Amino acid sequence: MRFAFTEDQKLFRDTLRGLLEKECSAEVVRRAWDARGSGRSTPLWSKLAELGAIGLTVPEAHGGLGLREIDLVLLLEESGRAALPEPIVETTAVGAPLLAEVADEALQTTWLPRVAAGNAKVALGLERFAFVADAHVADLLLLEHGGELHALPRDAVRYEPETSVDGARRLFRVTWSPSSATRIASGDVARAAVARAFDRGALGVSAMLLGLARHLIDATVEYVKVRKQFGSAIGSFQAVKHHLADALVKLEFARPVVYRAAYSMSHGSNSSSLHVSMGKAYASEAAWTSARAALQCHGAIGYSYEHDLHLWMKRVWALNAAWGDASWHRARVGSIVLG
Amino acid sequence: MDLDYTASEEAFRREARAWLEANVPKKPLPSGDTAEGFALHRQWEKQLYQGGWAVVSWPRKYGGREATLMEWLIFEEEYYRAGGPQRIAQNGIFLLAPTLFEFGTEEQKDRILPRMAAGEDLWAQGWSEPNAGSDLAGIKSTAVRDDARGGFRLNGQKTWCTRGAFSDFMFGLFRTDPAAERHRGMTYFLVPLRAPGVTVRPVGRLDGDAGFAEVFLEDAFVSDRDVLGGVNDGWNVAMATTSSERGLSLRSPGRFLATAARLVELYRRCKDSADKALRDQVVRAWMDAEAYQLYTLQTVTRVMEGGSIGAESSINKIFWSEMDVRTHETALALLGETAELDGGPSAEAAGAWMKGYQFALAGPIYAGTNEIQRNVIAERVLGLPRK
Repeated sequence: MRFAFTEDQKLFRDTLRGLLEKECSAEVVRRAWDARGSGRSTPLWSKLAELGAIGLTVPEAHGGLGLREIDLVLLLEESGRAALPEPIVETTAVGAPLLAEVADEALQTTWLPRVAAGNAKVALGLERFAFVADAHVADLLLLEHGGELHALPRDAVRYEPETSVDGARRLFRVTWSPSSATRIASGDVARAAVARAFDRGALGVSAMLLGLARHLIDATVEYVKVRKQFGSAIGSFQAVKHHLADALVKLEFARPVVYRAAYSMSHGSNSSSLHVSMGKAYASEAAWTSARAALQCHGAIGYSYEHDLHLWMKRVWALNAAWGDASWHRARVGSIVLG
Repeated sequence: MDLDYTASEEAFRREARAWLEANVPKKPLPSGDTAEGFALHRQWEKQLYQGGWAVVSWPRKYGGREATLMEWLIFEEEYYRAGGPQRIAQNGIFLLAPTLFEFGTEEQKDRILPRMAAGEDLWAQGWSEPNAGSDLAGIKSTAVRDDARGGFRLNGQKTWCTRGAFSDFMFGLFRTDPAAERHRGMTYFLVPLRAPGVTVRPVGRLDGDAGFAEVFLEDAFVSDRDVLGGVNDGWNVAMATTSSERGLSLRSPGRFLATAARLVELYRRCKDSADKALRDQVVRAWMDAEAYQLYTLQTVTRVMEGGSIGAESSINKIFWSEMDVRTHETALALLGETAELDGGPSAEAAGAWMKGYQFALAGPIYAGTNEIQRNVIAERVLGLPRK
């Protein structure tokens, strides 16, 4: 029993943190809100790909690193910390492993090397969800229909935008026509692949939520150290301290739960779904609590649209709802544990 | 990361499980916070020691089996799974012993640890005073040098000493330099409770047991060899103990996993009559016990690889103490009208949750109230200003 990451995993995380601190400032996140643009940055995506982060889950034979969830989880946590406005969960956490699992050799050879190189993004449309995130920039959409999986290029689908509370998130309703030519899996294979894809997505956003919570706590700590009222830094007041301490307790206990889920997914554990649901429930709640504490401790300035706080806070609200919210995942834990 | 236990860890678990299955009393012992129960629990501590399971992680020469911290955690899990009795030795073996290992002289360790392990000497804490609880540095009890006898004379009053009414010794802080700044000028003493000048008065707890004591000291003599760490350095020595108490050793996950398992059983028994909203609370309680285990495994790995437990022990203390209260509240809600029963065969049959609830309620208060823990987290983990 050893519950710790390897030096390599931590080094990769630190490297990504360095890159995101430079390339994904709050200004970059704010630009992603601009409704006139795609909200996505090709240079940033390319830099992430050069680092190996985007192709991390692509098999080595197709130009990726061939690594697993346990190697990805810290990178997604960092991505959340920076509120990275790019489809890394969809493409790297879910899309690439799904293609590698069910697509035939030709499809894999067409798409996976491009994904690893940062030249293709993947979007997911599972039937249990109404929306497809980032359909507008996806080169390939993996769509579930009647228990089958289909793969279509973007120009073969129609997509209508919906408005997320997080302006950097781009959601779409996608309509398309399934055919035998678009089908890549059916039957038990498709069902199992969809179940794993769902778990991978839930795990991916759980990791993002950990990072979002961390940033919200850190940014608030910095603010309450300098903001003065009644002649003192407000961070010296117990009421403020306790909000932040409560958020940190939730975050610190969510982290090992999410890491265990990543470990179980990596090792194909029979308990993966249980562990993923626990992770999403804890990460959602930790991030939600952190967002509430952050807003309350910032006071009115945090309520203003010009302040950066809402960029992170709204991502928390969005990702809490995405891939099953906390209560949905607790219900799934209940059905497994209590019957 | 490797979340499977090693072959030797599994072998250790099997050995512990077999011994506990053969030895744990079939009928629960009476509360260790009563005179009768304390005596029976002392017998149990001796039995544990003879079996080699009293202090698994200690060096052999003091009565341990040099188990790793991970194996200690496994033992705890098995202990609570087997329904092992409350550990009345815990103040000594989990709180004082780590401090002795860090600050004690060879003579002190040789003299004190084996008798502690064997259940011969049982220890109580002497931290709080009538006017110093969470604000521990506010203690007033004094120790005055007695050169003629080679020691100190203690005066003052300690209170809320858990199981002090029945214990043999007490460890605590006394002021040796009243002129010093409040966090200095204190010394850590090991005090015999059955000595001239020491009066122990039992104090009833919330649940009615006489588990607490007040200890009055009137020129009670303690020799130099019972000073732990340096004279006037008591605050630093004591902080090492409080960190263990909040951090790891006091509340291993095994206890909460066992409680969560009992809650799930209770839910299965009464789910048809219980409010449907309670299902989510049961799930939360079950998940919290798991989360606590995972958090602990992470901490144990860090410590085994050379890390230490610092102020983040406060994060741990808030989590387990509030989890324990919530878990018991959920059980009481499931029980309906049976919840009010406290003692007697019907309450025992229903799981003695009210008794457990009253015990759980102490958690957010002792070892530093959770409000103090939140201050510690804010100031020492997050770096917020003290003033």
